[in-house]
Amino acid sequence: MRQGGLVMYDFVYLRAESVAEACQAATENLEALFLAGGQSLLPILKSRLAAPGLVIDIRHIVSIGHIVDGSDMVSIGAGVCHADVGDSAVVQDRIPALAALAASIGDMHVRNLGTLGGSIALNDPAADYPAALLALDATVHTNSRDLAAAHFLTGMMSTALEPGEMVTGVTFGVPQAAAYRKVRNPASGFPMAGVLVARFADGHRVAVSGVGSDGAFRWTAAEALADSGVDPAGLEALEPNGVTVLSDLQASADFRLHLMRLMTYEALDALR
Amino acid sequence: MEAMRLTVNGVELKALVEPRMLLVQLLRESLRLTGTHVGCDTTQCGACVVHLNGRSVKSCTVLALSAAGGMVTTIEGLAKSAAEPHPVQQAFCDHHALQCGFCTSGMIMTACALIDRHGSKLDEAMVRQSLDGNICRCTGYQTIVEAIVDAAGRSGHV
Repeated sequence: MRQGGLVMYDFVYLRAESVAEACQAATENLEALFLAGGQSLLPILKSRLAAPGLVIDIRHIVSIGHIVDGSDMVSIGAGVCHADVGDSAVVQDRIPALAALAASIGDMHVRNLGTLGGSIALNDPAADYPAALLALDATVHTNSRDLAAAHFLTGMMSTALEPGEMVTGVTFGVPQAAAYRKVRNPASGFPMAGVLVARFADGHRVAVSGVGSDGAFRWTAAEALADSGVDPAGLEALEPNGVTVLSDLQASADFRLHLMRLMTYEALDALR
Repeated sequence: MEAMRLTVNGVELKALVEPRMLLVQLLRESLRLTGTHVGCDTTQCGACVVHLNGRSVKSCTVLALSAAGGMVTTIEGLAKSAAEPHPVQQAFCDHHALQCGFCTSGMIMTACALIDRHGSKLDEAMVRQSLDGNICRCTGYQTIVEAIVDAAGRSGHV
């Protein structure tokens, strides 16, 4: 590692003091990338998988660092790190499954820097947070609009963000009950299958991370099963609807499906 | 090149850095604080762990400029002197918690962060789980865990 950071393609660094400044700079420089916690972006840059001419550091913007309790919802700023979501008294009280999910991301050092906004803006199919967005009926806020989670997350590593647009926060619905169960990749801590099950007044939501090649998805067949009150052993026979299941060195598609069923079963069991 | 300020082990410093410079390079190459190590360079092994603004971070995955204006503590900043090691360093000696020593500074910085947070509530299970961001190829972790639990128990805070 003699080169250190010099292995990256060269870039100009700008520290933004406000959302407006960050978005202005990004609009004027369409190849710019936002740097939040850097725990995904810096490894990407060190691998030379991206070459932004400008890196806009948004980690220090105060206005996106909030956690607000809103009676039937919790709003979390895009700049809040995973450790702070996991430690938050508000999140632990209102949506403990979300605090547990955040506290399970990566490792303690990564959690001290990695952010909610950074995670969802990347939409890595192996990431934990997108399942929470779908299961908790989340709204994603940007500098210019509000989007339902299902519209924000558009596919593997892609979101509805326009050039120059930045995530500023996420509002999560507060369910009656929720649980997150995950099989961690023993090396990376990413979910090989991560399932967040939430029960709202109008029924269950079951969202799965780490399994679908297009990213997190809602397993509607499992939701119907949970709503019907039938024994969750019935999950054994269920397939995920129209999802291409990831298959790699870590786990075959069949094994991932098995893990998904198991984690869904455990999460539903935790809700009883 | 850009000018930046950083407080390192209590001393405010100025440095000229390229935007691409990583915090670990600033510490090791510019400041010659070579106690922090580069093990994997892929954010996995934790040999580069330092404290930034009171939190443990992997310094190979932080831009120096992103840390500008902040406070860093490295392994060199723990002991008052060579004759007076930090209690966690002493525990690592007492429990033979190192062999080659390459992961050790990262392990110790991690242990200090854990003890700051949990104090004497730390038990073996918590320590083992919390060390999942730090890799050791020599010890098998047993003595590292024992050292941390011991130091936590003596830390006098709950």
